[in-house]
Amino acid sequence: MSALLTEAFIGSLIFGALTAGIPLLLAGLGEQISEKAGVLNIGLEGMMLFGAYAGFAVAYSYSSFTIGFLAGGLAGLATACLMALLCVVWSMNQIVVGIALTLGAEGLTALLHHFQFSRSYPRLPKAETLPLPGLSELPVVGGALFDRNLLVYLAILLTVFMVWVFNRTQLGLNLQAAGDKPAALDAAGVSVKGTRFAAVLCTGFLGGLGGAYMSMVGGGLFLPFMTGGAGFIAIVLAMLARGHPLWVLIGAVLFGVSLSLATALQVAGVNIPTDVIQMLPFAMVILVLIIFARHSYLPPALGIPYHRGER
Amino acid sequence: MTSPEPLAISLSGITKAFPGVLANDNISLDFRPGEIHALLGENGAGKSTLIGILSGMQQPDAGSISVRGQRVRVTSPKAALKLGIGTVYQHVLLIPSLTVLENLMLGAPWWKVCDRDGAQKRFEELSQLLSTDLDPDVPVGRLSLGQQQQVEIIRALWHGELVLILDEPTSMLTPQGVHELGQVIRRLRDHGVAVIFITHKLGEAYELADCISVLRQGRVVGHLGKDEKARLSEEEVTEAVVAMMFGLEKATAAETEVAQGDAKLPHEGPAPLTQEGPPLVALQDATSQGQSGECPLRGASFQIWPGEVLGIAGVDGNGQKHLAEILSGQRPLAAGRLTLAGQDVSHGGVAARRRAGVRYITDERMGEGTVAAHPVSVNLVMKEIGQPPFWRWGLTQKGKVRDFATDKIGDHDIRTPSERTPIGRLSGGNIQKVLLAREMAPDAKLVIFNKPTYGLDLHNTLRARAWIREGAGAKAAAIVVISNELDELRETCHRIAVMYQGRIVGIVDNATTSETEIGRLMTGAEVA
Repeated sequence: MSALLTEAFIGSLIFGALTAGIPLLLAGLGEQISEKAGVLNIGLEGMMLFGAYAGFAVAYSYSSFTIGFLAGGLAGLATACLMALLCVVWSMNQIVVGIALTLGAEGLTALLHHFQFSRSYPRLPKAETLPLPGLSELPVVGGALFDRNLLVYLAILLTVFMVWVFNRTQLGLNLQAAGDKPAALDAAGVSVKGTRFAAVLCTGFLGGLGGAYMSMVGGGLFLPFMTGGAGFIAIVLAMLARGHPLWVLIGAVLFGVSLSLATALQVAGVNIPTDVIQMLPFAMVILVLIIFARHSYLPPALGIPYHRGER
Repeated sequence: MTSPEPLAISLSGITKAFPGVLANDNISLDFRPGEIHALLGENGAGKSTLIGILSGMQQPDAGSISVRGQRVRVTSPKAALKLGIGTVYQHVLLIPSLTVLENLMLGAPWWKVCDRDGAQKRFEELSQLLSTDLDPDVPVGRLSLGQQQQVEIIRALWHGELVLILDEPTSMLTPQGVHELGQVIRRLRDHGVAVIFITHKLGEAYELADCISVLRQGRVVGHLGKDEKARLSEEEVTEAVVAMMFGLEKATAAETEVAQGDAKLPHEGPAPLTQEGPPLVALQDATSQGQSGECPLRGASFQIWPGEVLGIAGVDGNGQKHLAEILSGQRPLAAGRLTLAGQDVSHGGVAARRRAGVRYITDERMGEGTVAAHPVSVNLVMKEIGQPPFWRWGLTQKGKVRDFATDKIGDHDIRTPSERTPIGRLSGGNIQKVLLAREMAPDAKLVIFNKPTYGLDLHNTLRARAWIREGAGAKAAAIVVISNELDELRETCHRIAVMYQGRIVGIVDNATTSETEIGRLMTGAEVA
């Protein structure tokens, strides 16, 4: 077991944890915004997939990571726009629409992949990193934590920013009211549907960005169904975080570790069947749910479309 | 002596129709600054719709609204607030997880950082005007209902102090709470606010208002001006308003009696009773487990003798729901004992209790009481599902169910097109009759009524109360009436037990105890 304590193992574990955790963090923070406002966004997985596809395809054709990320976010946003239109404006069932969006995204992106990339399997070059001066020189953790893509730092800063938004701004109050007691928000003269619409759009953008990170930085290529349930894990994270962005960060790191354990254990040459190792993240989800789900807090109006005058 | 100052709000020809109902029919009303104006009417008279229109929640089909002489359209709650029209709704519209100040800050432009200092200043200003004493940093969920209402009043006045609309503001309050509310709105009136006060209780309208308008079936059927009201005595006002509410010729003696009952004239309780022999029902130190947000029982005890009606008073949310569910068997006792005619029935669910002679008329008529989409006939046998004679070998005996239902419909005067009509289409009063018919049994030992007249109109209220007073169709059963309307308990009960935070803090004799004393118990004043 001493092989587990080598620098290579720990380095690759942390590196992988962050790589796998960042999409979860982005998508989880996004989901948290719409859940706070009372919309259960089951279509998150679909938004991530569209983001992953669009991010990769655009980054590949324009040879630019920045434009790629932007395209990924916008693809998620466009999907969310459809979701918001159906669920918020027309009050359709959020779960049904969410599942439909995810299934639709899986089919559509797989089809596009088939026509565009299935013969050549193009890859993007390794993403540029932005080493933080000083910190990136640290032994063991330096390279894994502080020599990363700009988006990694931004995602972590976003967590802090969201804590501020939730606690200090009118927007934070509006979001919480839209999920806790929408009729009260309406009576205060704020549009419930407008607030929820905007919240779902934020979710879409962040989910798309998370997906784009997966394909562009995580893999360097796009594969059908490549999100592999990350969107659903992000939904669980958002639910367990009880409205606190920092808990999404902690959860994302935790799941990132278990996801990257698979790779790290292989690097270390541990003799466990890979199937068992790949099961880890999902066993983790079940374990975490058993331990913490009892304490998860959901806004009372979550999943219920708002109609003025009904109480 | 009408002053020349402009009207705060003037309504002219307001009409609003819903499918099948003309909720507001050509309503014209004027509201003056510095005047408390009561809108009086029964359930379904169109009061709530009118409030919806004034507060921007609904749009009128026809008619116009003028604010300070200017014709306006109130297109949304936001528009209403901007015009200085603030509304306190019947149901609390605050976010329990946010603090008082955060609730008040709700509604500012979303891109702004919360202006806590500014909000604090405005809060103190209005607290002083209302002379209330609230902590702005406490989550609203921890305040009493009376305090929550004060927060709502402050919020309604937040953007301007032109008009304050109060929709049935006293329904959730203790007598003391009502008194405090009266003081607050009088202060506001003296400050020049036009207060519109919606109620169905004549007594409150008389006490609090300067002038009274009466609505019936969507129309304004009478108005009592400031000078006129000041000139008349309480009896004369009562008489005049009752005549307006029911149409002069139609007012029966009984209706007048009920309306006057609300006007705090002496109440007539049930026939006196002597407690003989052992008690029929005994509850001992009952406790229950509740989820967050519910008030569990924390050791409740009482005894009821045959033929006795015990009232349970208390502000909503002090454990009444759990008490009803524990008695009916819908919720297990965490600790304690329930004995019925000497037998321990502490364990066992609804079916066992029902066999032991327990009947429960729930307050959630549409929730746990009935299945809206099922016909009246099936709802009448809902608690015998799977049992003979209505079910045999797992099959419904349709003929038996139908015959049973038609009998009950006839006996209880249930107004329904047929026994096959889905019960959800009936009015609240008729659904209540179905529940009464279902739960009636001559050999019942314990009958529990939870808010028996909630949402009923005057006729059905009267009928239900008389039914309880007469023993609920059972011979010498013990009856429990849970209600937050003290008048109702005064009319129906021998003794009244007061609940506060899951405990019974006192059991008093109805005939010899004053309302003030019961009110004091309700606020927990007697609890150390």
